Amino acid sequence: MLDILFSDFFQRALVGGVLIGITAPLIGMFLVLRRLSMIGDTLSHVTIAGVALGFLIEVYPIAAGLVFAVLASFAIEKLRKAYKSYAELSIAIIMSGGVALASLFFTLGMGYNTDVMSYLFGSIYTLDTTDIYMVAGVTVVVIAVVALLFKEFFLLSFEEDAASVSGLPVKMMNMLITVLTALVVSTAIKIVGALLVSALLTIPVAISLLLARSFRSSIILSVIISELAVIGGLMMAGLFNLAPGATIVLLLIALLVITMLGRKGFTTT
Amino acid sequence: MEPEVQDCHQSIIQLNKVSFSYRDQQVIRDLNFSVKERDFVGIVGSNGAGKTTLLRMIVGLLPAAEGAIELFGTPIRKFKDWERIGYVPQKNAFNPLFPATVREVVMSGLYNRKSLFKRLSRQDQQKCDDALEVMRIQDIADKRIGALSGGQQQRVFLARALINRPDLLILDEPTIGIDAETQAGFFDLITHMHARHHMTFLMVTHDLDMVKDYLGESPVSQNGKIQFFVRHSHEIENCAEEDLQHSLV
Repeated sequence: MLDILFSDFFQRALVGGVLIGITAPLIGMFLVLRRLSMIGDTLSHVTIAGVALGFLIEVYPIAAGLVFAVLASFAIEKLRKAYKSYAELSIAIIMSGGVALASLFFTLGMGYNTDVMSYLFGSIYTLDTTDIYMVAGVTVVVIAVVALLFKEFFLLSFEEDAASVSGLPVKMMNMLITVLTALVVSTAIKIVGALLVSALLTIPVAISLLLARSFRSSIILSVIISELAVIGGLMMAGLFNLAPGATIVLLLIALLVITMLGRKGFTTT
Repeated sequence: MEPEVQDCHQSIIQLNKVSFSYRDQQVIRDLNFSVKERDFVGIVGSNGAGKTTLLRMIVGLLPAAEGAIELFGTPIRKFKDWERIGYVPQKNAFNPLFPATVREVVMSGLYNRKSLFKRLSRQDQQKCDDALEVMRIQDIADKRIGALSGGQQQRVFLARALINRPDLLILDEPTIGIDAETQAGFFDLITHMHARHHMTFLMVTHDLDMVKDYLGESPVSQNGKIQFFVRHSHEIENCAEEDLQHSLV
């Protein structure tokens, strides 16, 4: 029964999962604090459209999904500017556009539907070496950008006006966070699936917000929680023959419930 | 006849024929106004008068529809020395559940275009400690900002605004939502700082009573529903004898 944990595909799944377990909450923190939690869902739906097109024109699906997600991230920022008082409108428009495109590409290439389904619900055991390189590359980029701009991203998330008055390039930083989200989402969908990727971006952050006092500790805690869920979820899925993406997400929700029950309200001191 | 007081101070903010409209409603029309070094300016008006709009134009968050705005003698579009400006936002401008300690918030006053990609130095830590000490909030430095009272939070934002030792301190309704006693204490603190330190103050408020003791009963000018109250630097001390040492502590 334990043999599965030492198999090549499981080891690759573990590496991919651990890497996404770092990047998803790292970017998710800035999304949640800027009240843009739904952006992950939107980009994942658009990514699926790219993946479907990738299958259709025989291009590496994650790369096609990544291009779609980055283009969508630019469109979201553009729409956010056009509808400044209704920021969530941009998310709704792009999400429905993504679903519509995905549906269109689905029907154009009926033969590969099962492959696309694996991107909807995740298929971490099918990660190949190219996928791992892709996830590793995105992880390096995300960690490097967040490390370089950590203090600026903090101020942007805490108070955007103060960041502007300090002369920080707010528009560029907003764009950068959205593009980084697109990178993370497009590489995460094969691991947890497009329909579940938002959970990896937001639930570890939601748990850390209940526990951490400082910004730095909340980031570190969210990554630790995410890793616990990814590694624990993969182990449980491997041992009990469960769907890995779903197990990871349900484990995260269980951790959130336990934390909420363990604490009555937010830690505020 | 009173002796003429020599104006030896440079212009900090200059507005020439500035106008702004929201759709068809003009809130600011042909505004000419100048803030000189070490002045304390109170921008007073009721809700919807356009005072926050004016403030947002002065700090570059909104472009003026017409006219020109200069900061420290530089047109606002070309202005780069943002570290010369300290900004205290409205109390309700931040999310009280945001996971940040007092120290993290105060430290963020050092983050600007010139500090991009740079790591914080030991000197920066010292600046933070000094600002915490000046505002007497060093004992709550590791508390979460959302756990503090309104008065304590405003001291934290004041410490953040002062950490860079700015030449111009801008306060946007700094005491809104705070009880009367704390408001009075906060206003005493900033007027005391104005009297002692080489700094220019621009404060937006809807509360006329709070400013008139310090800035006088009558506004020096008016634009629409916005009134401008000013206490000039020469009302504090003689320019010629002025100690230009810029110190906080």
